[in-house]
Amino acid sequence: MKKTRNQKAWFMVLPVLILVAFSAIIPLMTVVNYSVQDTFGNNNFFWVGLEWFEEILASERVHDALGRQVTFTAIILAIEVPLGIFIALHMPKKSGFWSSLCLVLLALPLLIPWNVVGTIWQIFGRIDIGLLGYTLDKIGINYNYTQNALDAWITIIIMDVWHWTSLVVLLSYAGLRSIPDSYYQAAKIDQASGWAVFRHIELPKMKGVLLIAILLRFMDSFMIYTEPFVVTGGGPGNATTFLSIDLVKMAIGQFDLGPAAAFSLIYFLVILLVSWAFYTVMMSMDKENDI
Amino acid sequence: MAKITLSNLAHSYLNNPNHDDDYALKTLNHEWTDGTAYALLGPSGCGKTTLLNLISGLLTPSKGKILFDGNDVTELKTAARNIAQVFQFPVIYDTMTVRENLSFPLKNRGMKKDYIEKRVIEVADAISLSNILDKKANGLTADIKQKISLGRGLVREDVSAILFDEPLTVIDPHMKWQLRTQIKEIHKNLGHTMIYVTHDQTEALTFADKVIVMFEGEVLQIASAAELFERPEHTFVGYFIGSPGMNILPVTIEEGNAVLGGHNIMLNAKYKKLNGKIELGIRPEFVTLTNDPFALPVTIDRVEDVGHYKIARARFQNHQINIILNECDEIKSATTHVIFDKKKINIYQDDWRVKP
Repeated sequence: MKKTRNQKAWFMVLPVLILVAFSAIIPLMTVVNYSVQDTFGNNNFFWVGLEWFEEILASERVHDALGRQVTFTAIILAIEVPLGIFIALHMPKKSGFWSSLCLVLLALPLLIPWNVVGTIWQIFGRIDIGLLGYTLDKIGINYNYTQNALDAWITIIIMDVWHWTSLVVLLSYAGLRSIPDSYYQAAKIDQASGWAVFRHIELPKMKGVLLIAILLRFMDSFMIYTEPFVVTGGGPGNATTFLSIDLVKMAIGQFDLGPAAAFSLIYFLVILLVSWAFYTVMMSMDKENDI
Repeated sequence: MAKITLSNLAHSYLNNPNHDDDYALKTLNHEWTDGTAYALLGPSGCGKTTLLNLISGLLTPSKGKILFDGNDVTELKTAARNIAQVFQFPVIYDTMTVRENLSFPLKNRGMKKDYIEKRVIEVADAISLSNILDKKANGLTADIKQKISLGRGLVREDVSAILFDEPLTVIDPHMKWQLRTQIKEIHKNLGHTMIYVTHDQTEALTFADKVIVMFEGEVLQIASAAELFERPEHTFVGYFIGSPGMNILPVTIEEGNAVLGGHNIMLNAKYKKLNGKIELGIRPEFVTLTNDPFALPVTIDRVEDVGHYKIARARFQNHQINIILNECDEIKSATTHVIFDKKKINIYQDDWRVKP
């Protein structure tokens, strides 16, 4: 069978192709280009193969940053997800003034630009003029995020919790609101305890949105840059130098474009891989529900 | 199992109801006898679900009392009332197996393990779920899920009544019949008081011993299917039950006859003088075609064949009259005459039936 071919259709997708090329493919290819070459200046590049990748994968500095990153993300998820669910469970169930007020208050941190969030907390935590730092200092708690690594970590974690828990709350709340009343009524009739209602009704019904919340929080916290950069600049020492901060230091601070490019690609692949794993798990759970 | 008494019960969703129209359920006195199957029938928004939720304790009434076997339970919570309820959409615990679903209410009440095990098997047998007890409840079809919800009520031996809130809404048509028969069977075998809310008259009439017809928050009639058919107490009942519903025609009563647009219609009994809006109700089943030139002349607009019978849509002056014809009845001309079976005529004053 012979199909009539109309090559004109290609012109239809051309604008999108150009757009995607400029926004994603071409920048990514320059990174790929850098990652396999080296230069001694004068714009003379020569091929080095996978040397940079080997160097990055073996680099202790990158390992340390990765360790800090994984720790940070794990702590963030461990706090924000349960806390978000907890707050969502205690929000007003009926729509009205109070639930609207809660939603607006919760949405506020999400609307603030990230560098402003960083600045707010940078000032808030200062012991000379910041409300938090000054108060802690005055009541005799030795707090200084610029010198003490633990203080820096605590500050950044609290900042992230303040900034992003709302997202988990909003998603969980949407999930909770979609549960029909009859489930709660049936649970009452069955004399189910509060815990049983949560375990067997609310949690299963929230599963879908929770997975999305976890995925979003994982991706965002794994790529976190702006806020810790503004607050601590990666310090004290390298204590809060997460992957993206380290990457920027390598690329722009030291101008090691080759290793930085290899680093970016590995970083990108890690996030892609974990997200893909999440997505696959989510899809298989959906399928289970459909049977 | 228990007798349920409603005494001056009324409910409004507003905080300060002062007008009759503010009430979703208008004042009601009724006694639900133990072991009877009731159906609450009425159009959407007539207060059926409100009444059901009052009995189950999901709502607290604005006025009046609810008594179970003479004990006031008005202020008691749902769990303390020993009520089972099956909802419109199947409610099951997704994370559990069928067996765990059925044992859940017993476990919450702190029953012994071997008792639970025995009881669950008994109930599963009664509602034919035994062969899927260990399946996840999640992946089952809607009709089986509804059976699980029902089973979760049945496992409790002390259950006072089982309430059904339009339980067949999401069930496939061919399964509806089967599930309804099964519920009826369970009622026969176990003898629970059952209250079944529906807006489908076939469902109500086939299921219940007594049907309660509601309209705009008011109970219009509580009667058996036959009574609802023969002697609807209110024009709405006549119109709502039957397919098509009762013909309601405005008449005047003169010298023992009903007069419809200048034409005399013979009545079976003498009525005293009536004031207000007087109407005559006659079911389409009791209207017959005739050659008698002195009978009521009508014009036939169209005839609908619904399989085992035909419906003729006829007109006398401006009044629509539906006639149910046998499959073999032939209509020879568009203008013909009809007679009403005088024994089956009901007379209504301001929508309520008057006795002769």
